[in-house]
Amino acid sequence: MAELTYREAVAAAIAQEMRRDENVVFLGEDVADAGGVFKTTVGLLDEFGPLRVRDTPISEQAIVGAAMGAAMTGLRPIAEIMFSDFFAVCWDIITNQIAKSRYMTNGQVALPLVIRTANGGGVRFGAQHSQSLENWAMMVPGLKVVAPSTPADIKGLLAAAIRDPDPVIFFEQKSLYGNKGEVPEGEHVDELGIAKIVRPGDDVTILALAAMVPRALEAAEILAAEDGIGANVIDVRSLVPLDTKTILAEVSRTGRVVTVEENPRLCGWGAELSSIISEECFYDLDMPIVRITTPHVPLPAADDLEDHAIPSVSRIVETIRREVD
Amino acid sequence: MAKKAKSKAPAKSGKGRGAARLNDDIGEEKRLEMFQMQLEVRLLENRANDLFLQNLVKGTIHLSVGMEAVAAGCGAAMRKNDYTFCTYRGHAHTMVRGAPMTGVLGELMGRECGLLNGKGGSMHLTSVEHGAMGSYAIIGAHLPIAVGAAWSAQYRGSGQVSVCFFGDGATNIGAFHEALNMAAIWKLPVVFVCENNLYMEYTPIADVIPVEHPAADRASAYGMDQILVDGNDPDAVFRVARDAIEMARAGDGPSIIEAKTYRHLGHSRADPGTYRPPEEIEEWKKRDPIPMYRKRLLDYGVTEKTVSGIEDAVMKALDEATEEAKASPVPALELGHTEVWADGGSAWRN
Repeated sequence: MAELTYREAVAAAIAQEMRRDENVVFLGEDVADAGGVFKTTVGLLDEFGPLRVRDTPISEQAIVGAAMGAAMTGLRPIAEIMFSDFFAVCWDIITNQIAKSRYMTNGQVALPLVIRTANGGGVRFGAQHSQSLENWAMMVPGLKVVAPSTPADIKGLLAAAIRDPDPVIFFEQKSLYGNKGEVPEGEHVDELGIAKIVRPGDDVTILALAAMVPRALEAAEILAAEDGIGANVIDVRSLVPLDTKTILAEVSRTGRVVTVEENPRLCGWGAELSSIISEECFYDLDMPIVRITTPHVPLPAADDLEDHAIPSVSRIVETIRREVD
Repeated sequence: MAKKAKSKAPAKSGKGRGAARLNDDIGEEKRLEMFQMQLEVRLLENRANDLFLQNLVKGTIHLSVGMEAVAAGCGAAMRKNDYTFCTYRGHAHTMVRGAPMTGVLGELMGRECGLLNGKGGSMHLTSVEHGAMGSYAIIGAHLPIAVGAAWSAQYRGSGQVSVCFFGDGATNIGAFHEALNMAAIWKLPVVFVCENNLYMEYTPIADVIPVEHPAADRASAYGMDQILVDGNDPDAVFRVARDAIEMARAGDGPSIIEAKTYRHLGHSRADPGTYRPPEEIEEWKKRDPIPMYRKRLLDYGVTEKTVSGIEDAVMKALDEATEEAKASPVPALELGHTEVWADGGSAWRN
């Protein structure tokens, strides 16, 4: 095991895959010389050269379009969109073109590509650089959607996404970039579509994603120590494919479920899970499903306001304390 | 399956006053190929229109009638493994790469024999085995995608060139400018072909641009030459396309060609095209590329027998393709749930 930060794990995964497969290429704004505005891709240009690690103009449509054209002609491109908020300026190519071309051509076109992006809030950047947009991607047929919470998962799931034969939207939560964690040495490849039980517990199941996972874990410790509530924390990790098997089994076992979502309220990923759970294990539930989300507002910039909007450890603790008696 | 019309190889018509012109840098074989390409597109699209009126083609169709010379000139200048990217008005560009008539008509009719088994429709014709990498129905979207294919060709050192067709209206959308810029700075093997048919959809392009030529006058902003060509003359289109493709293949970067042409019909089936002055339509119909080219072939010494032989063969192949498409079943309902993912299925959960 080696200790890496969440941001170092990004470069480690890309380097691992570029060493293995010369068809893997990487492009984005400020990713080569500068090593990324979040310093997630430092060292890649030096190791792999300017033909495989390319700085682009500020042209998000050209970035994802070029990735698509390259993927459909034999390469495995990784495109970086600096902030997930910028998806809004290239959403046509992601959703109308990349997501649909295999289906519309009945399989003539293959699109093995990854679009990496820095997602989410907590860094005081205001409403246009802080959104948690995993729910946008989740609702488009033809996109796989992954959002890891630890350095080990960044490496393993990014490697899996690069090897995947389908387009994967890979959300890196920017508030986690500085987090450290153990990452397996040597080649590390995980599997998409597997949720992970990161803390066992028998009283309530907390479903969390990305930055909400460490908060859910912290809340679980407080609930155990102060209230004697055993919280079972599941890191959903992958929204598409979705590991409903693990989730439904755990929810049925505890009979209580709370989602913790950074995305705004309406049509957040927890709403879909809530719908699946109530359709498929309604009679195992001992209480209504509770969703803890960012309220349905654009994110404010000021630290106090932003902290109040995004689900916090104390909000998770208080909500569960109130609902689970 | 009825594929391309197979006309008998014509005897070399290398006699008479036209011979020198016929056997110039283009040559008789290429010319007959371009004549046949245009004819296949024209006759198939007229047939598609008839089938629409019989309610056998649903939705809508966007026809290229009057504009076939651009696709033919470029198609004849491409190598088999080059890439084509085109728009929802893409029957012509897909067909000139060799996509079979049955597959095209079948797709328009929503039949199992369609190029996309009925899952894409008229606006998305694709035939990867022929290098036709897709028809894209959001204006401008495919320009960056064509750039990506060119990037891939450059990276792999494959020598392939990406040829990307679009209309005058696409020159005002952001993706056009992003794509030209990226292609230019990376010196990518891509040829952009603007079919300027004077109308973006219903609105004259002249009303919405500050320059005279929507594509050619923007070329210099990306360090490219201004290339204007008569889009109703396949020989002229062939020559500029050949040069641009050669330049791209040699590693000397992208080009943009603006071919001025005219669609005889409206934008789509829903549009009778009445916003255009009748005398303008008449003028352009006098310059219909197909009769003009037929006359040129005869002037250059090709025999009437050869030309009418091609016409008969195309019509025969089209009739066969039409019957095959009509006889093809509708797609199995299961097809609606396949090929979302590379595993062939559509499952999003376990």
